[in-house]
Order: sequence, then structure tokens, then C-alpha cells
Amino acid sequence: MRIPLSWLREYAQVPAEATAEDVMAELVKVGLEEEDVHRPLDELKGPVVVGQVLSAEKEPQSNGKTINWCQVRVVPEGQEQTLTGDGIDPSGVQGVVCGAHNFEPGDKVVVTLPGAVLPGDFRITPRKTYGHVSAGMIASVRELGIGDDHDGILVLGTLGLDPEIGADALEVLSLYDEAAEINVTPDRSYCFSIRGVAREFAHATGTQFKDPAAAVVVDPSSGPGYPVRLEDQAPIYGKPGCDRFVARTVRGVDPTRPTPTWMASRLRLAGIRSISLVVDISNYVMLELGQPLHFYDLDRLQGDIVVRRANAGETLRTLDDKVRKLDPEDLLITDASGAIGIAGVMGGAATEVSDSTVNVLIEAAHFEEVSISRSRRRHKLPSEASKRFERGVDWQVADEAAQRAVDLLTELAGGAADTSVTDAGQEPAAVVIDLPAGFAAERIGIDFTEEQITVALTDLGADVEKYDGGYKVTAPSWRQDLEIKEDLVEEIARLVGYDQIPATLPVAPPGRGLTRVQQQRRRVMQALADAGLTEVLSYPFVTKAANDTFGAAADGEERSALKLANPLSDEHGYLRTSVLPGLLETARRNHSRGFRDLALYEAGLVFLPNGRLGSAEIPPLGVRPSEEVLDELYSGIPEQPLHLAAVFMGHDSPAGANHTPRPWDWADALDAARLVGDVLGVELVVEQGSHQAFHPGRTARISLRNGQGVGYAGELHPKLLAAQDLPERTAALELNADVLFEAAPDVIVAKHLSTYPVATQDVALVVDADTAAEAVRETLREGAGELLEDIALFDVYAGTGIEDGKKSLAFGLRFRADDRTLTADEASEARAAAVALAAERFGAVQR
Amino acid sequence: MSETTLGTETPQAAAVPHPLDEAAIGAAVEQALAAIAAAANLEELKAARIAHTGEKSPLSLANREIGKLAKEEKAAAGKLVGPARGRLNKALASRTEELEAERDAQILVDEAVDVTAAPRRRRAGARHPLSILQERVSDIFVGMGWEIAEGPEVESEWFNFDALNFKPDHPAREMQDTFFVEPPEAHLLMRTHTSPVQVRSMLEREVPIYVLCPGKVFRTDELDATHTPVFHQFEGLAIDKGLSMADLRGTLEHFARQMFGAEASIRLRPNFFPFTEPSAELDIWHPGAKGGPQWIEWGGCGMVHPNVLRAAGIDPEVYSGFAFGMGIERTLMFRNEVGDMHDMIEGDVRFSEHFGMEI
Repeated sequence: MRIPLSWLREYAQVPAEATAEDVMAELVKVGLEEEDVHRPLDELKGPVVVGQVLSAEKEPQSNGKTINWCQVRVVPEGQEQTLTGDGIDPSGVQGVVCGAHNFEPGDKVVVTLPGAVLPGDFRITPRKTYGHVSAGMIASVRELGIGDDHDGILVLGTLGLDPEIGADALEVLSLYDEAAEINVTPDRSYCFSIRGVAREFAHATGTQFKDPAAAVVVDPSSGPGYPVRLEDQAPIYGKPGCDRFVARTVRGVDPTRPTPTWMASRLRLAGIRSISLVVDISNYVMLELGQPLHFYDLDRLQGDIVVRRANAGETLRTLDDKVRKLDPEDLLITDASGAIGIAGVMGGAATEVSDSTVNVLIEAAHFEEVSISRSRRRHKLPSEASKRFERGVDWQVADEAAQRAVDLLTELAGGAADTSVTDAGQEPAAVVIDLPAGFAAERIGIDFTEEQITVALTDLGADVEKYDGGYKVTAPSWRQDLEIKEDLVEEIARLVGYDQIPATLPVAPPGRGLTRVQQQRRRVMQALADAGLTEVLSYPFVTKAANDTFGAAADGEERSALKLANPLSDEHGYLRTSVLPGLLETARRNHSRGFRDLALYEAGLVFLPNGRLGSAEIPPLGVRPSEEVLDELYSGIPEQPLHLAAVFMGHDSPAGANHTPRPWDWADALDAARLVGDVLGVELVVEQGSHQAFHPGRTARISLRNGQGVGYAGELHPKLLAAQDLPERTAALELNADVLFEAAPDVIVAKHLSTYPVATQDVALVVDADTAAEAVRETLREGAGELLEDIALFDVYAGTGIEDGKKSLAFGLRFRADDRTLTADEASEARAAAVALAAERFGAVQR
Repeated sequence: MSETTLGTETPQAAAVPHPLDEAAIGAAVEQALAAIAAAANLEELKAARIAHTGEKSPLSLANREIGKLAKEEKAAAGKLVGPARGRLNKALASRTEELEAERDAQILVDEAVDVTAAPRRRRAGARHPLSILQERVSDIFVGMGWEIAEGPEVESEWFNFDALNFKPDHPAREMQDTFFVEPPEAHLLMRTHTSPVQVRSMLEREVPIYVLCPGKVFRTDELDATHTPVFHQFEGLAIDKGLSMADLRGTLEHFARQMFGAEASIRLRPNFFPFTEPSAELDIWHPGAKGGPQWIEWGGCGMVHPNVLRAAGIDPEVYSGFAFGMGIERTLMFRNEVGDMHDMIEGDVRFSEHFGMEI
């Protein structure tokens, strides 16, 4: 909401020297947020004066244009030019070249003299053009920044103005004004008016407020005016869509009269374009009192006005000239011809006021918030009217607003009002709130006095009745947001000042610290950073193809994923089922920025719809749903496990003097997965895996000892890397972290440490090339029995000396007994048993 | 005569009348001591030792002569030769020690490297600053006895709006531009704030409740210098008997001081949120702000609306509570002078790596 200061001054005690910034600083204290300042004279600087065209010689030019070489008087005849400077003619008559033709000698115009600055930092200087020195400019409204019209220059007579020659044109055009723009929160609809903001200004400064509604004297009615019937056949939530409709008739309006400059200026500062005097009056009254008005061309109305819901199939051509299909929930204004407006949202084209309208019917109605809100959204028609109606308008102000419009139409447009007045509807019951004494003090922590409470609430416009033990507070009609005692507490605290609230620190009961999962997550994230990886974050919005590739191990399997109804981009319209697509996108971005050696990781939720999605019924506000309903709400939320992913490309370190970096490869991805397992104390089982996004021969499937899958690690598929423009050999991993957290042991039982000497033995086994080393190692461990303390693979060899299709695996075995020194024979025996089992299982032959 | 020849000179060359001649022994000793002192390294010292204490050295010869002497002469001769040999051995040992120390020191000198030319063999990793900040904020509240609560990012509309007293048709719902999940009849959305976690906490925990809810939230804003469709918040919720707005202010002040130092102060301004009444906007005084000390809009807060308590089955006539919420991106922006949202969002490694493990 933009507040022109001249307007605010009429109803609030704003100091003469106060700027828009000063006004906002006051309003902030009572909860209206500052947004912006609008000050035309920041961009428009004089001398800009009223001139009279003395002569205009038409001079055709070689480029086909005709210009006017004008002599313009800018100082009254017989007086001296007091301005000096380059291009100011001491005679008081300026020679000016003008390209427009909508004026003639004798017209009074706006002359921007040399030294003036126009919006867009356009500096006026004398300049040679078309064979003359043009010492100034005759301005159009667009050049002055006060309108769009650029068809010709501004002839002041067309605005009904006849000022003195030499007068300050900025004053004549009411440009010495500025507006403070504030942000109005959705609960404070009354602040979408000068009336409301003036009241808040008075609250903020402790000064007098003059109610503009109280200044209006409503004409006594001679009887019912234009016939209006309120016939809502389908109220929403049981509330009638329209509970007041004031109609007034003004006849004989002169449609040729211009809008006075003071009104045009205030509207413009408030952000509303001046259209015509009649339309401007309706907007002016709305801004002043907060009551949206609609004006009909009385001569285009047919029969009674009926306010009702739309019928199926009904349509309306709205005044933006679009045909709207109406919904049976839309509240309509209708006459005998059918719909003539969507109530509170937009009027119809057929009955709108035009530049030939002479008889006007004024509508000042009160519509129910939800109905307007739904129609506005349904038809995507946000308007100044709907903005106010859907937040709530003062039921009481309708007749005063209608009267204010009548007064302005009479005074400015030459109309005459019918003495009959229509005022249909039923006044709603006032809201009375019980405020127990002491409640505000208890809730805020300030010991409010009885006087503070009474004064604050009375200042708001509420009626306060003190009784033993509390206050009976009748909320003012414009404060629909005041419903419960907590609302009153806020008002009291706000008016006394939030800066008065003391600070006390409540002591929470002893907590349990971070949960185990929270600690596990931190340790894993820190361990990966410590291991040299860099954490990044990416958006969860992915393409369908990305989900189908990364979200499922097997090609062709369609991954079910959640789809957004309103994504920012249709392409990335799905929620991720894997963290890798976003991570690879991030890796590619870094790569393209010149960072070739990368080890990135990210942890984030993935979204796995399975089973029933959501719940059809949404329980109401302010009531705890039943257990069954809650169960349904909980179980309708899709599964969202935490996934951990990493990607490795390029080298493990920067190249340096005496240092050759090692290229990252599949084993680094697997190693990172193992690190995560180690950090959590979870034993991971690694086996040859297969996943469509990974290299078919360089992928590890990672699972728990119980067989539950945890994820994949390895080299990404070369085709995928090529298609995504990523470097060859890029390796990646993705793990379901939730599964790992869950699998972490609660207690790790200590192992007895034997101090007897160790016996080490090596063994080299020849097996088929496709035999997994891990499987052989596990078998040796099993075969060697209890004496085996540790076993490690230390060499894999294929080539000379080894048969084709075979490989040699060399293991180091470490034996130790708990209770004695092992003999060489014992160790050899255990080793032989291990080899025998490997031979049995894999046909392994000792080398 | 060069120094090196001293040790290797054949002593016999100086004709000595008898090996046990006192003057000759004295001279041999002096000669030997000079050669030992002159040895510049261990090799030269070895040569000197052989020349002056070896089998053919004058002292060895003199020693051998003692055996040939008559019994009564032996003692006197011994007194002549023994101490001389002792002096030489001592000198040898001492010079050896000196030269060995010199040699060892030289090895270390020779092994010197240019440490400034060292390669970086291990890459340094980094946490994302938003994660670090989120953990730091959590730790402050954990230190106050609060607990950290978390919840899903795809939520039911009820948890995100209705339970928080957003009326179904009120414009307040539209203040939070929401990503909805298909199909519409499932009433699922991407949570627009972490407040649904507060609702879950109230439903799932026993009063009193003191929880902090950090996490990712979503709004349909295009990414630009100050907006991002995915960002992080932390929200606090306290439900207890007799909590007041003074308790809210005290908690926020304590937190602000933990976060920004003892000088930090906060300001509350009236505002509107459907889920709190009274509601306030929270500003923090930032003495080190770019462009001079100023109040910075930090978040929103207020006393929990009775309808929110009722939605969780908590009696608002018995309990009261306060809640607050701030943006982590916003906090990082003004605390660490991050000028552009893109830097935090795009995953450029320079951003995280500049911070490393610290903010």
C-alpha cells in the first residue's frame, strides 16, 4: 500500500517537514513493514514553469517532419525574468522548437527551462536544432513522468487549469508530494486505506486521528433506491456471499470534465492510473476508506439487481473484454440481462461506465472473504477490489463510502444524487471477546496497568467494558482479525510497544543431546570431509530420465517417482529417487569452470512413493484429529530415506614438484563406502554388482551381512559419462544411509588380545579369472579356523606362468593362539585346511 | 709440509737415539697430538691414529722396548711410556667425538630441502558452510537442553498449513509459494517451512517440549542473487506452563549472543503469522555489517496460536508456547558476507573449500 503524504496529513498529525522515510519509521513500530519511497521530484527538477505560447511557426523539414518554432512567454508581461543562466532569455520569452501539433498560440503549457532535469536524467540545455537554438522544451505528460500519453504536449487547459504565466508548474500539477510504500500483512486489511494507516500513524506517534469516515455526512434517504435483492442460494461455510449492498444513483454527470490534478497526483502516487474522472473517483474513495466501489452505467442496467451464485454454463464478458466461464460457486451481480459482474472481483463489460456515461449507479457492497478469494483464484483476477474483499472490509463503512462518492461526483463531475438510497442486507453481530484480567500480563511478561489495557483497546476503536475479573471487548467493525483474547493481547503489546518486553530465559528440562542418528550422520559427514571430499548441496528436482537411470538398478525398469504439480521447469519436474543426478550436475558445473580434480559428496533425502499417496481428507483447523485420521496422514507420506552419494573425477591431489597425483578410480568410490561402514561400525559385504548407471565390470554391490542392499560403488558407465559430457573413469557411490544407521551395533563386545607370538604364512592360489577375490578370502578364513587372526590379499597376478583364463591370488595369513605359542606345524596345518577348502569350493590350486 | 703429511710421516725419519729416550718420547707425543688435532675428518684421524699409535709408531716401539728391559728398569720406563699413550688415546677419543659430531651435522645440512616447494599430497576436504552453520546452531540449543527434531520434506498439507492455523482460503497460504505434489487429491506438498516438524513434535512428545527443527524447505522462487527455491531454516518451539513473550525474547537474546558475541542484541517488531499470536518480526543488531552497523531482518517469531496447540491436542488454557524461525542462508549471507545466493547453491567447490571445516 502506497500512502501519499498529503493525503495522510488530512487525517493524521504528520509534521510538515516529515519525509516518507520518517513516516515509515513510525509505522514500522506498529508492525507495518517499510517497502519503498515514491518521490517524483527525486527525478524531476525545475525550473519547470507555466508558459503561454505566443506564436508557433510551422516549418516543414527535409526529413518530412514539420516542426513548430514557438515563442513562449514564461514571465508575466511587464515583469522581469528573475532566473539567470545559459539559455534563459532575460526578455521572459523563450524560443522553443516543438514537434507536437496539439496546441495553438494562446495555450498555456508546461515549459522545462534550461537547467531543468526530467525523469531518466534528461537534462534540459539550449541546443541547436532545425536551424534554431531551442532554449527549453514544451513537455508532454510522459516527459514529466506523470502519465503515458506522448501523442502531444500537455495543454493545461485540457485539465481545466488556467494558472498564472511563470507559475511553478510542479506546484500547479501537485507534484510536491511523496508516498511511503508499506507492506500490509494479510490480517490487517484495514491498512489498505488511508483511513487505516492514519489510525496506525496515530497509534505509533501517540497523536490525534481524524476518521475520514466520520467526516462524511450521509444523506437521509427518501426511500428505497435502485431495487437490489440478495439471493445467495449456496453460501460457503454457511455464510451468505453478500450481507450488505448500498446503491446510490447520481445523474447528469459531465463525462468531459478532467480529473483535478490533486486527485490525479494522489492516485498516481498510490500506484493507480488515472482513467477518467468518474473511474478515478471510485478508486479515490476506495483508497481513502478501504471500501471498493463499483460504478455502473445506469442507462445500461436492465431491471432489478440480484446478487446470487452463478448457474451452470453461465458466462460473462468482464471489463478486460474476456469471456469468462462462470463456476456455480462464483458470486455474481446480475440484472435482467444476466451476469453483470463477478462480485468483488471484476465488473462486466456491458454495464461499465464509459466516456459517455452521464447517469451512474454506485455499488458499495460487503462480500464474504472466502467466496471472493476463490473466485479471484479461479479466474486469476487479482484486483484492488478483490485484494481488500478477501482480507475483509468494514461492514459499517459502505454507506459512508457511497456517500463520499456521491459527494465527489456532485462536486467535481457536476452530477446530482437521487434522494432515494438502497441499503440491503443484514448487519452481522459484533464480535465480543472476553479478556481475563492478568491474561495479557501473563502472556507478554509486562505488568500492564488497567489504564494501559483500556487505552490501547479504545484507541483501536474497540468498546471496552471492565468487569470484575476482566474486560468485555467489542471489536471494531473494521478489525475482522480480532477474534480471540490472544488477538487483543497482541494489540495491547503492540500499542504499548514491543520494545517494552523484558527478557527472561526459560530453563528447558534436561535433554538427551543429539539422537544417535543425528550423531551418526555428523560423524559420517565429517569423516568424508576429513578424507578429502568436498560437501555440496543440490536441488532435488530431476528429469524423469535421471530417475529412471539412477533410481533403478535394472535397465528398462521404470522408477516410480513423485511429480510436482507446479515445477519451476517442466523438464526437472520430478523429485529425485537418487542423489547422483544432482551431484553429477554439480560435478559437471565445476568441471566446466576449470576444476578437473574433484571428490564431491552430498547427503540428502530421496523420495520413494510406494503404496497409498497422501490422504484425500484434510482435517479441519484447531482440532486434534482422531488417531485413525492421524494414522492415515502419517502413512500417506511417501518414504524419504537419507541417501549419501559421492563422485570422484580426475586425480586425488593437485600435481606438484616431486609429486605425481594418482587418478581416482572405482576403488576410491568403494573405499569411501567402506570408510562410511567403518565410521559407523557396520560390516559391509562387497560383491560384483550390476547397475545400469555403472560400468558392468567395475561395480560393487554393497550390502549388510544379512543381505539387505545398501547401495553401489564403482566406475560410472562409459556411455553415460560420454552422454553427460563427464570425464572418462569417473567413479561414484550411493548408499542408503538410513539402512546403515539402523544396522550400526548398539554395543561392540571387546575382543581378547592374545600376547603370544604371531605365526605368518603366505599362500598363492590359482583360480578362474572370474572368481571374486573376496569370496576366496572368505573361504580361506573359514577353512583356517580359529587360529587365523587376519588375512589380507596382497597380490593379484595373471600373465606369464599362469594359464589363460586363470589368475593368481596371494594372501598373507597371520595365525595366533589365545593360550599358547603356535608351533610351525600347527600354523601349516591351519593353512593347509584353508587351502583345501578353497580347492574344494573354487578348484583353487596352490602355486 | 702439508697438514696431511704430518700424520703419515715416518717417525723414524727423525733419528732417535733410543726408543725409550725421554726427549724422543716427548717429541713423539707432541708430534702425535699435533697430527690428531690437525685431522680434518675421520679418515685423516684414522691415518694419524695408525701412524702414532700403530705397531710401528715410536710409542709402540718404546712400549715393546720395555719388555726387553731389566726388571728394575721396567717401572721407570713404564711411567715414561704409559701416560704418554694415555694422553694420545684420550686425544684420539675426544677428536673422534668432535669429528663424528661434525660429520653428523653435515649430513643433516646436506639433507636440507626447500620446504616451500612441498607438494600437496592429500587434498583437503570441506563441509558445506550451510551444514556447518546448521550444526553450530543446533549445538547452541542442545547446550540449553533443547532437542533437535526432524521430519520429511514431502509433507501433508495438514501438517504444513491446516495444523498451523492457515485458513483454507486465506491469502496467508499464498504468501508461501508452494510446490504441490501430484495428484492434487493426495494433498501432498514440499514443506514451505520446518513448522510441520513442530506439529509432529507436539503430537509425538510429552509437554514440556523444547525443540529446534532445522532443515530444508521449498518455495517456488526462481534462483537469483537473494532467492532460491530450496533453502534451509531452523525453527524453535517451546511449550510449557506459563511461557511468555519475555521468555521468547530471553531465549532469542541468549541465542543471538552465543552466535554473534556478547554485544549482540535483538529487536522485536509486530508482524503477522497465522501460527503465532502475538507475532513479531525479529531483527538483529549487526555491528560488523558491510556498510556500517545496522538492524538486519533475521526471522519471525511469536506466541504459539491456541489453534495450533489444539491441533496437537494440547490445552491452550493450561499451556502456552513460543516459536521462532530463521533462514540459514540468510544468516550465512549477513554473517559471512556472502553476496550472491548462487555461490551457496551451485556447489562450486571454491565456495565450500574456502571455508574448509570452519565458518
